[in-house]
Amino acid sequence: MSSDEVQQPALGAVALNGIGKAYRLYDKKWGRAAEWLGAKDQHHLHWVLRDISLQVSPGEAIGIIGENGAGKSTLLKLITGVSRPSAGHIALGGQVSALLELGIGFNDMFTGRQNALDMLRLTGASDADAPALIEDIQAFADLGEYFEFPVRTYSSGMQCRLAFATATAVRPDVLIVDEALAVGDVFFQQRCFDRIQGFRESGTTLLFVSHSVSAVYALCDRAVLLRDGGIVADGEPRTVIDLYNAQVVAKTSGQGLTVIAETQPAAAVSEDGTEEPTTPNKAGTAGTSELTPGSYLEGSVCLASVRVSQFGTAASAVIADKPMEVCAKFSFTTTLADVHAGMQVRDARGDVIYRSHTHGLGHPLGDVCTADRLEVCFQFEARLLPGDYTLTIGMGAGGKPGGSLESSLLRHQDIASFSVIRSPDDDFWDGRVNLQPKVTHRREAAEVPPE
Amino acid sequence: MALPLGLNRTWAYRRFIFGSVGQELRARYAGSLLGGLWVLLQPLALIVIYSVIFSSIMRPGLPDETRPFAYTVYLCSGLLLWMFFVELLTRSTGIFVQNGSLLKKVNFPRLALPIIALLSALLNYAVIMGVFFVLLVIVGFLPGVVALSALPIIAIAAGFAIGLGLACATINVYYRDVEQFIGIITQLWFWLTPIVYPVTIVPERFHGFLMWNPIAPLVEAMHAIFMEGRAPIWSSLTAPAVTALVSLVLGAWVYFRLGSDMTDEF
Repeated sequence: MSSDEVQQPALGAVALNGIGKAYRLYDKKWGRAAEWLGAKDQHHLHWVLRDISLQVSPGEAIGIIGENGAGKSTLLKLITGVSRPSAGHIALGGQVSALLELGIGFNDMFTGRQNALDMLRLTGASDADAPALIEDIQAFADLGEYFEFPVRTYSSGMQCRLAFATATAVRPDVLIVDEALAVGDVFFQQRCFDRIQGFRESGTTLLFVSHSVSAVYALCDRAVLLRDGGIVADGEPRTVIDLYNAQVVAKTSGQGLTVIAETQPAAAVSEDGTEEPTTPNKAGTAGTSELTPGSYLEGSVCLASVRVSQFGTAASAVIADKPMEVCAKFSFTTTLADVHAGMQVRDARGDVIYRSHTHGLGHPLGDVCTADRLEVCFQFEARLLPGDYTLTIGMGAGGKPGGSLESSLLRHQDIASFSVIRSPDDDFWDGRVNLQPKVTHRREAAEVPPE
Repeated sequence: MALPLGLNRTWAYRRFIFGSVGQELRARYAGSLLGGLWVLLQPLALIVIYSVIFSSIMRPGLPDETRPFAYTVYLCSGLLLWMFFVELLTRSTGIFVQNGSLLKKVNFPRLALPIIALLSALLNYAVIMGVFFVLLVIVGFLPGVVALSALPIIAIAAGFAIGLGLACATINVYYRDVEQFIGIITQLWFWLTPIVYPVTIVPERFHGFLMWNPIAPLVEAMHAIFMEGRAPIWSSLTAPAVTALVSLVLGAWVYFRLGSDMTDEF
């Protein structure tokens, strides 16, 4: 907002120091007017953000995640300068371009072209550059003849395309994107990602709010988790997203789940003692040694051990496309009805490759009693690309129609890891899923052989 | 002074301002068949209606006038200034609320908005005055160089409207009642201003009261220029000029005092 900083921050740098935002709420309609006329305070403050400090280096890409109402959008509004912080200090370096909410305040009556021109003027683009930029916007938004139609005839997806194309026509030093990519088809999203990636390679700082966790994975090298107006986690996207997901589960699943926010020794895991804790062999078979962020537990069930094996022996590396097995041993401290064990395989970036549970797989485990032990094994073929993978093991109860569970009891995030190696005689493929196509072909020989 | 949305920053957005004025003109008539003609047809209709209704009633009011169309010229010189004033006042009163969705999404100097309103109102007024001058030539009332003394009058009216408008616009963000209130006030105000009637028909003892209305001396000054072809009595414009200045200061004060958190209301 104010550009009169004593010290101008570096291009693309964002520094938030103790930012807070409070809205004034008035109990009586006349309260505000009474204050203007000199009456004592008639309002109380509703703090939506408190004590936010965040240093963003030029070129960093930060994903801001959190549940609805956590204050994400408000934070971006403060950074953009459309709203003033009630406390603290914001310093921004260079040109900022922002896509706040959907659309960027288009005038409904005007055509896409006119609106684009208007927005370019708003960002201070010179008239000399405008024609080329408009052409670029037209090409990127790809609206066809709609570019010449009034914006009121646009679908929300089309508005979003025009907004994104316009806001990114000139490479900004700081790009702020709030949920803008949620609409639009997959091809357009891909192009948006490509453009953002290109900006990043040129040194643009990105501040990105999204509900789409995979977008944060794809674009960001740092994530910030907001909760009730404060920063609760700031770090690698994977860790922060895991924590966020666990919080969401804990919230929807209701009572008693303890979410692990920081890595801690898993003393509780094998507390029954009778089960020998499998040697924490680092990468390899089981390492029930640590509870990583994003795990949660409740107390009624313990994960005693996890074992990854292939060809009957524990393995830290498995051969691709060959059968492998994941076995998890649980113990129970209460009686539980209809328990189900779940398994998740994630790649090195943290993206989920596969996840399901015994209810989803149609293999009920039945009820358990106090002090029961249960071993569950998942056998499958390792149809994975060569690389490192982690295993997450969980337990829930109460299978519902449609494949979901009524409650979550425990999750051990990334409890074990394994690598996949390719045997030289296997098919070569790349991508996410091994589709194992059967190849056929038919050749029609040319009737007259070429000379 | 480090005003958050200072004028220097507004100047940097001049391209947006000029572009918006042009678009505003187009927008007003976008989707209409006659387009720009409506700029003229609307005041024309009013003038014809008032002329027809009041010229017969008011004839005794303009006693020394025997020239044809005298009343129409009298009416136009005041009415057009009034319409400019009211348009500017009402437009600027609603300007922040109407642009709320833009204000909460894009960071730009908000003062650009009232400036856009001012420029487009001036442009409208200029077009209508052009037509008025054609009429003056036809009916033989053309005042000559003295017409230039209308410029300071228009400036005073503009300053008054924009200052008052800025104050109203800011309060209107928090209390939308202002918009409604202004709508009613201007109706009343119109009849308290000697536009359709000459001051002479008002009983003498109310004259002092009438001149409390800052618009009345301005309208009277226009009458002097266009009816009598003479420059206005400049001293009569002191009060309106001071009022305009005060309203500008008031508008700026209210805006900077109350307006800084207005985006929280949208």
